[in-house]
Amino acid sequence: MPSSPQTLFDKIWNAHVVVPETEETPAVLYVDLHLLHEVTSPQAFAELRARGLRVRRPDRAVATMDHSTPTTPGRFEVLDAQCASQLSALRENCAREGIRLHELGSDAQGIVHVIGPELGLTRPGMTIVCGDSHTSTHGAFGALAFGIGTSEVAHVLATQCLLQRKPRTMEVRVEGALGPGVTAKDLILAVIARIGMAGGTGHVIEYTGEAVRGLSMEGRMTVCNMSIEAGARAGLVAPDDTTYAYLRSQPGAPLASDAGARYDRSISLDANTLEPTITWGTNPAMSSPIDGRVPDADSPALRYMGLRPGQKLAGHPIDVVFIGSCTNSRIEDLRAAAGVLRGRKVKSGVRALVVPGSRKVKRAAEAEGLDRVFLDAGAEWREPGCSMCIAMNGDQLKPGQSAVSTSNRNFEGRQGPGGRTFLASPLTAAAAAVAGAIADPREYLR
Amino acid sequence: MTPFLTLESRTVVIPRDNIDTDQIIPARFLKGTTREGLGQHLFADRRAELGSDRGAQVLVAGANFGCGSSREHAPWALVDYGFRAVVSRSLADIFRANAIKNGLLPVIVDEAMHRRLLDAPGATVAIDLERCELRFDGAVARFAVDPFARRCLLDGTDELGFLLAQEPRIAAFEKERSAC
Repeated sequence: MPSSPQTLFDKIWNAHVVVPETEETPAVLYVDLHLLHEVTSPQAFAELRARGLRVRRPDRAVATMDHSTPTTPGRFEVLDAQCASQLSALRENCAREGIRLHELGSDAQGIVHVIGPELGLTRPGMTIVCGDSHTSTHGAFGALAFGIGTSEVAHVLATQCLLQRKPRTMEVRVEGALGPGVTAKDLILAVIARIGMAGGTGHVIEYTGEAVRGLSMEGRMTVCNMSIEAGARAGLVAPDDTTYAYLRSQPGAPLASDAGARYDRSISLDANTLEPTITWGTNPAMSSPIDGRVPDADSPALRYMGLRPGQKLAGHPIDVVFIGSCTNSRIEDLRAAAGVLRGRKVKSGVRALVVPGSRKVKRAAEAEGLDRVFLDAGAEWREPGCSMCIAMNGDQLKPGQSAVSTSNRNFEGRQGPGGRTFLASPLTAAAAAVAGAIADPREYLR
Repeated sequence: MTPFLTLESRTVVIPRDNIDTDQIIPARFLKGTTREGLGQHLFADRRAELGSDRGAQVLVAGANFGCGSSREHAPWALVDYGFRAVVSRSLADIFRANAIKNGLLPVIVDEAMHRRLLDAPGATVAIDLERCELRFDGAVARFAVDPFARRCLLDGTDELGFLLAQEPRIAAFEKERSAC
């Protein structure tokens, strides 16, 4: 008898259940790949030590240094004593347990969610976890990937498993095609605005439809990355020719939702109607098309952002542009930004930081001469790391400064106490750098 | 972890929706290598909202509390400060999972009870995990807790211990997978 149609999520989940869930107990779910970084792992390793436990499968763990590392060009010296001790804790923990570590300054170092796919660690059908909410990025490859807390990091280190209740599923179908100057970042900001920042709570989102199929792997990573900003556990895109071309490998067994598979929820969007999108508020669901206005009603968010009710977004002056983060720091993102900045100048008085996601991205960009484009325009070309997305490494806004950022969170103080963040695509960020104000990137396309 | 049975305490109310983990504990306080002492940085950039009642053990907050990052520093800071329960209409997934592992009870109540609690900062509430009831001002609200999480909180047993006991099945799973 044929079994009932399954979603992509169901297939990956079922293939990793060690012990099925019951009313009384969650499922024991096997983890194929565990990514580690310096900020959320030291307490987990300490927990193992306190219990006299060892890492069960060091071969299934890979570590990097990204969150608290400086991105000062050409320098890998960590001056902050607390950050330095966090980094040495990771170094010692990985050495003791035999875990591969991509150290600061080493060839493959970079933001954890940039290097996973780059190193070929991220593969379709896997389960991937990391003590970082943007682990959802890896779902772009058709892997079930989600963020966990530090207690769970210890669980995975000790047992290679997690206790999990099966999430529900949501399909986000995006038909049509994105117009010129409209990118994956604009698409996901529109999705978050549509379902709200808790709209995905308890769900794993599968992104489907013509516009999603049309995205590059970099674009799919941007979309899946921000699934958590809608509250979702994870985001998924079914692997296809684009995926296997990126991985330079042959497809294995087909991995896709069956025809007729039922999702717990479904929503659809038309890509043809999307425009470059920018946030105006203090959470990622507060966004508008670039040529729009902020809401008419006064709100704490508008006051925090220094915006007048009903004002136009375009033309609003900015102080800083940040191009980077696990959302938008890959080669395609840098090419897009360089396309706008080539032959132009960053507006006087504006600080523009370009922070590649990894050493590999940095080398690739330099091989194409993108570093020269950024430097000639007056932008900073920095070393890889989370940089101003997390603002715990020296890169941060000053109170009251406004930044157009390609990162993922515009929460109050996220980029530094009192800092004001406008989230947008690399194209829109580069256009803002040139204009010194929020600007429609379509006016800068050649 | 201290077993959780019943709790009678005054509340601290922060009524805003979507309180994210960057508000609960800003990233600049995530540079340590231990989980202790984070209470002093709880709501560092909005400290006044916590008020002055250091004995209150129940935080009542707006919907979608704990959204954003996976940092377990958020419940560590709340527990270190003295909170033992967070009451809201909804919580973010990762925050809820992290809270339970640290003996911080997530209590999801209906909109009516949530509204009443938001309107009564400093009120005394009773939370009974055995019966899954929150009592306030003569009213009783039932709340749902995952049965396994409830067991862990009531017994003070930890999830890692439970997982470690699954080792034979984990080993069998790995063996079966490598065979195919």
